[in-house]
Amino acid sequence: MARAATTRQKTITSVIAWTVAIIIFFPILWILVLSFKSEGDAISTPLQVLTSAWTFESYAVVQDRSDYFKHFSNSVIIAVGSTLLGILVAVPAAWSMAFVPSKRTRGILMWMLSTKMLPAVGVLYPIYLLFIELGILDSRLGLVIVLMLINLPIIVWMLYTYFREIPVEILEAARMDGAGMRAELLYVLTPMAVPGIASTILLNVILAWNEAFWTLNLTAAKAAPLTAFIASYSSPEGLFFAKLSAASVMAIAPILVMGWFSQKQLVRGLTFGAVK
Amino acid sequence: MKQIQLKQVSKSFGDLQVIPPLDLDIEDGEFVVFVGPSGCGKSTLLRLIAGLEDVTSGQVVINGEDATAIPPARRGLAMVFQSYALYPHMSVRKNIAFPLRMAGLDRSEQERRVEEAAKVLNLTEYLERRPGQLSGGQRQRVAIGRAIVREPRAFLFDEPLSNLDAALRVGMRLEISELHKRLSTTMIYVTHDQVEAMTMADKIVVLQNGVIEQVGSPLELYRSPQNTFVASFIGSPRMNLLHGAEAAAHSSHTIGIRPEHIAISDNSGDWEGVVGLSEHLGSDTFFHINCPAFAEPLTVRASGELDLSYGSTVFLTPDLAHLHRFDERGLRLR
Repeated sequence: MARAATTRQKTITSVIAWTVAIIIFFPILWILVLSFKSEGDAISTPLQVLTSAWTFESYAVVQDRSDYFKHFSNSVIIAVGSTLLGILVAVPAAWSMAFVPSKRTRGILMWMLSTKMLPAVGVLYPIYLLFIELGILDSRLGLVIVLMLINLPIIVWMLYTYFREIPVEILEAARMDGAGMRAELLYVLTPMAVPGIASTILLNVILAWNEAFWTLNLTAAKAAPLTAFIASYSSPEGLFFAKLSAASVMAIAPILVMGWFSQKQLVRGLTFGAVK
Repeated sequence: MKQIQLKQVSKSFGDLQVIPPLDLDIEDGEFVVFVGPSGCGKSTLLRLIAGLEDVTSGQVVINGEDATAIPPARRGLAMVFQSYALYPHMSVRKNIAFPLRMAGLDRSEQERRVEEAAKVLNLTEYLERRPGQLSGGQRQRVAIGRAIVREPRAFLFDEPLSNLDAALRVGMRLEISELHKRLSTTMIYVTHDQVEAMTMADKIVVLQNGVIEQVGSPLELYRSPQNTFVASFIGSPRMNLLHGAEAAAHSSHTIGIRPEHIAISDNSGDWEGVVGLSEHLGSDTFFHINCPAFAEPLTVRASGELDLSYGSTVFLTPDLAHLHRFDERGLRLR
């Protein structure tokens, strides 16, 4: 009797879970389906979409019209570059906050986080003007810098959380063993924090890859990453549904694959420190 | 030669003064033990010497040189931590070699010294293991190995044995003492265990609330404690401290008599009492005797052969040659 109840409960929860999962996944699935249809079929009723012929036509057109690999390499450089630069800045910052905290450390951390609550558009104008002044508008360097700054609070917070888990006595032992600050960071702290640093890097590469506001507003042609590549197919008029879908699939596929393979690391990283 | 000197050193955390200004000299080659109850400031004092904490005022002098502003990395001291603080991502070999690597020694010299230290500490077969794969005692030895390879000016031990089980603790105590005999390098050792202090030290520094209560050799502290705190802290079981008429009879506020300096008899003596609990250690037996003359029961040491039943009446006679007298402030009377 008890067993039957458990089986029924399991069935119900499974159905609910699958429903929610499919609802969440549906837009991505639909984009995938549309990307393999002709423009005409893409705007027909859902039933017709599923029964109509499959084609690679949209992919061919998209690759033909805009250079996918240029956008792809821009995305890689911007996402990886901004993340690594951020790590370089954040490791010493998080070290000092975790191991030599002052009375105001907590406040500084909150203040840093609060910048994430500011609507980005609020500072678009000054940054745009600054970029013109500095001559880094539509340059990969400019985007690396701006995305690094945007994600820095998150990087510092994540590293700070990981570092807090490292016993301070081990760092003190390194100091007693004759390690200066550089050696302590390089040979003791960083190797011990590798899992934490790895998940921070992963998460921030994903965030930077998907970032659309700054990448769209601060680039034109030269430094445009995949977000701009997608956006160029979004238009209020004309038939672009299938092409937009194809472009989207091409843009999100690399990060999706990367996320898939690093899932374990990512989950471990995000829940690290949550359970004592 | 005075190797480490603390001159009017004090430490405050915010408004809380944990160590009022104090002076202390540590001779070259000495084994000094800081002992006191938890929270007495003994670890903080050690960390001030190490440089892991900054002094609030005063001077730390090492080898005649003012080291107050010198970072821990350049004081030339080695430290063994309570938690061992091994580098979990490095093998035992790399852990022990780390200070040598930091000192910039060449590979072959590093290798030679690590092998040597490993041999002394019986770690040779564990050199390729990670700290996580070792037992508590082995980890402790790795921590000691990491301290000895660089031939420091002095060793600092912060309660190194408190995470080990009792049997291992006695063994490691002997190993550390032997190490000191062989290296004859200054060692400063922090513990809350007065047995460790008594058995290992050349010189004991008894601390309470950040204040040095007494400095002296183990037997000096045992024979002539300067105050009631030292009297009751040093020695196991603790000294009996008695007040009232009996103390007044010796023209003092408090008298102290150790359990081993009281004779027990079943027919005659100075104080009459009733046998309470008894603790049999085999070689000795400690009896708790309730005397109507005193508020607290007296602890008396007797031979393990003596058997007294609970509730029987006995007579106690203190050995007056070993009677300690203290005034109302708890200070020793000459």
